[in-house]
Amino acid sequence: MSGPSLMDSLFQRTLEDLIKGLRQQLIGEQAFISKALEEIRKEIKSTDLSTKSTALLKLCYLSNLHFHDMSFAAFHALEVLSSPRFSHKKIAYHAISLSFHDSTPVLLLITNHLRKDLTSTNEFEVSLSLQCLSRIANVDLARDLTPEVFTLLSSNKLYVRKRAVAVVLRVFEKYPDSVRVCFKRLVENLENYDPQILSAVVGVFSELACKDPRSYLPLAPEFYKILVDSKSNWISIKVLKIFAKLAPLEPRLANRVVEPICDLMRKTGAKSLLFECVRTVVTSFSEYESAVRLAVEKIREFLVDEDPNLKYLGLHALSIVASKHLWVVSENKEVVIKSLSDPDPNIKIESLRLVMAMVSEHNVAEISKVLVNYALKSDPLFCNEILGSILSTCSRNVYEIIVDFDWYVSLLGEMSRIPHCQMGEEIENQFIDIGLRVKDVRPELVRVARDLLIDPALLGNSFLHRVLSAAAWVSGEYVEFSRNPLEFMEALLQPRTSLLPPSIMAIYIQSAFKVLVFCLHTCFVRGGSTAGVSASASYESFDDLSVENGADSTVAHGQTCTSAPITNESIVNLLKLVELALSPLLGSHDVEVQERARNLLGFVDLIKLEALNSSGQEENDSERKGVEATKIIRLVHDAFSKELGPVSLTAQGKVPVPDGLTLNENLGDLETICGDIELPSSNTFSFGYPSEEKDVSSFSNLQIKEDSGQSNESTSLLAEHRKRHGLYYLPSGKSEVISNDYPPANDPALQGDNNDNASDLVKLTAESLVPKRKPNHSKPRPVVVKLDEVDEKPVAVKQLESRDDSLSGAVRDILFGSEDILPTSSRSNLPNSNRKGKKKQHMITQVESKENVVDDGNSSSRRRKDHSHGKERRHRKKNAEERNETDRKEKESSSNHPRRHKSRQRAEEPLKVPPQTSVIPDFLL
Amino acid sequence: MGIRFILMVNKQGQTRLAQYYEWLTLEERRALEGEIVRKCLARNEQQCSFVEHRNYKIVYRRYASLFFLVGVDNDENELAILEFIHLLVETMDRHFGNVCELDIMFHLEKAHFMLEEMVMNGCIVETSKAQILTPVQLLEKTS
Repeated sequence: MSGPSLMDSLFQRTLEDLIKGLRQQLIGEQAFISKALEEIRKEIKSTDLSTKSTALLKLCYLSNLHFHDMSFAAFHALEVLSSPRFSHKKIAYHAISLSFHDSTPVLLLITNHLRKDLTSTNEFEVSLSLQCLSRIANVDLARDLTPEVFTLLSSNKLYVRKRAVAVVLRVFEKYPDSVRVCFKRLVENLENYDPQILSAVVGVFSELACKDPRSYLPLAPEFYKILVDSKSNWISIKVLKIFAKLAPLEPRLANRVVEPICDLMRKTGAKSLLFECVRTVVTSFSEYESAVRLAVEKIREFLVDEDPNLKYLGLHALSIVASKHLWVVSENKEVVIKSLSDPDPNIKIESLRLVMAMVSEHNVAEISKVLVNYALKSDPLFCNEILGSILSTCSRNVYEIIVDFDWYVSLLGEMSRIPHCQMGEEIENQFIDIGLRVKDVRPELVRVARDLLIDPALLGNSFLHRVLSAAAWVSGEYVEFSRNPLEFMEALLQPRTSLLPPSIMAIYIQSAFKVLVFCLHTCFVRGGSTAGVSASASYESFDDLSVENGADSTVAHGQTCTSAPITNESIVNLLKLVELALSPLLGSHDVEVQERARNLLGFVDLIKLEALNSSGQEENDSERKGVEATKIIRLVHDAFSKELGPVSLTAQGKVPVPDGLTLNENLGDLETICGDIELPSSNTFSFGYPSEEKDVSSFSNLQIKEDSGQSNESTSLLAEHRKRHGLYYLPSGKSEVISNDYPPANDPALQGDNNDNASDLVKLTAESLVPKRKPNHSKPRPVVVKLDEVDEKPVAVKQLESRDDSLSGAVRDILFGSEDILPTSSRSNLPNSNRKGKKKQHMITQVESKENVVDDGNSSSRRRKDHSHGKERRHRKKNAEERNETDRKEKESSSNHPRRHKSRQRAEEPLKVPPQTSVIPDFLL
Repeated sequence: MGIRFILMVNKQGQTRLAQYYEWLTLEERRALEGEIVRKCLARNEQQCSFVEHRNYKIVYRRYASLFFLVGVDNDENELAILEFIHLLVETMDRHFGNVCELDIMFHLEKAHFMLEEMVMNGCIVETSKAQILTPVQLLEKTS
């Protein structure tokens, strides 16, 4: 490809032309851009630096705003960088800052350019290169340029120095050993009175302190001074951030700092600074009662402000306080609850969090009720936000705050019916979990499941399918608690179940199987084979069962008295219903559905004869077969009656692997084996149906001829069923669209009493937050099965990143260690990692030896302090003055010798100070 | 890090300026800007200026047709960032004289330069309008 001609450079499009062209959009944006990119690719190869830099500038524009890759121009940017003209250099630096990153191949070629510009006499060139370094520095750049940055840290041009300070953060981060070289100068800049420098250096320390606060404790006096003296709110905010990190580590420091912060809070007019004070107090000074009270006062001002920003922040601050001082939330509960209906979703969510923080075992029922009403009125997003937080709060620590599980289970049912509810999965899990864990709640659970299953409207809502699957499972598993199992059968087999996805359909069929077996068992085994098994029989059977299960049967006694009788006739109807509902499913696409339907129908075939015979009062003829059927029923019933328990998360791991078994040995072959097998579903669907049907009939050794009379009977049954449960049946001619014809299950329009929710909630929380004795619950909290493993928290292995580790290690070396680690003159020969390791050891031994002498020697502690504050004499003097001044303030002027006083204090209470803090010099006085 | 990125987006959702203080690939940037713009532009004047996004938050403010969006760490002071945005707008206003979207479009590199004067490495280093503008104007004179 030939380079651009002179004509090309003469008529080169400038950036302005490019932008104008983009705005006119004569040929469409994409076409225009690709044309421009083509030009740029040509122009950037030009030997004329002006042309090249203009091309680069255009490329930056397209990359920055139109997401076009500019990595191809990396080397060209370096070429432009070598231009003597400042304007070119500026463009090049701009391009490099935008596009270079750690894996840019030409990154290291820039080192010499940067070094040259860093040592330039033109402060703007220095500034540009520092700016660039702060964006692209990697380990190598940081290491190679540390000496230059070190020099600039004490530059007499403030403009340059402040940038050098800001760049140090990146250099430290990438190359921790640079701390040994630069840290002292960085600290010296803390002494600077120029607000420009101070703002930069405080910014750097606030970032550093975020990562590892403990290392910076020795600098507390300097920070304290800045806090007290600072006139700039920007700086004060940053210093407050530092103290928020340092104060929890050192109670004596907190004691000193809390008063100035409160002063600041009272005096300042700037909301940003005020909020920072508040946040600092509530996060790190929460044990100082008076400070917290002051902060809470300010929070209240924020909360009642018209400005949504302040309101949001007020709520945010409250949620920080809530963990330690719940009374603050209850004091402001009116505002919090009013915010639940704020127009801003962010504010609503904050206030919801706060309301949930107020929930306790005494008020959970009332608050949940009101919140559910809020959910009914809210938009779908917030509605689910509410439901989600109710669910997670209530299930916390294995349903810690739930006493009345009957109530909670019906709440779950109620929540599923909320129109916008999308929490199906969570509700499903809790339904099953509670069923497994809490025995006493099962009758109520079955009742709730019945209400859900029997409502055909719910089947149309795909978000509810998961809930329905749980309800179906519950109905099958705990059918013995049901008042009327026949009702369950009808619900599980209703025509609208065709709206369910196959996986849930399969659960429905399996549950129907369980319910059917239960009915048959009740009728034929428990009640004998005589006709007309009545309520008492089913009652008895239930009683026996529950005794078997070892459950407390007293609760259930009253309920089963009203159960509907299971007669032979109803059994016959039931069998017909099963056949009618499941026969179409034999041709289902889904293997699971097909399989389970086939199981159930096979079973029906097995026992049908006896049922029919009994209904026909011909016991004698079928005596032999009847006995056989009873045996089958008993067998299947026994198979289903084994109770399922909760399974520990780690259960799988506990199973020992048998000797000689390699678990993934043959998995590789699996694919080849499976590859040979044809998909069964398509087979079955196309022509498998008739043959399979034959299989079934041969499998059941009861040969039944379906005569016309029976089929007539079944159709008349169907008609009767349709008459009784007309609602369940689809109107002819329509299929899927039906779901919309039903009114929403829980129409908010029907709920008239929602208006005074807010006041209700206020009242409730007011009542519940007043400490009172535990109310007498009508029944004791049922036993909740817990597994040991569930309560075990995963052990959080604290893994510091090696980089941070080495950074803070280096900082500690400088601050706690002695000066002989790095003589200032040795800055040219940088310490390598090998030396560093040795020094770390050295430092540790030093620290230990210091700890030993702390208790017995004044002199040693004094020397130590001299080490740690081994800075210029001027600095120390100033510090001493400051200390004296503060001493006077504290009216401790009895001792003019702060140091002696300090060591005395140290000697008096050596045990109170944890070993870690003993290496920290006494900067607090 | 403090400030993670600064975006200026017009009300049609077109990015007018993007400054990142941590490296993101073009694809990551495109996705991020799309998400943020969708989230923030949908909000109205009565709603607060803070939006939680992923593991950080966005402080934004609208001036005429232009949204200024700043992504910051969670413990950054939101109100201070709002003040910072205002300072940025005032600075540009002083320089361009009644600044508008077009000024930023046609002087993108100058806007970047001003930002670089104010923010370095994600930390705010300069907050005085005069100090920010001195080098900008000096360079304008020389070139």
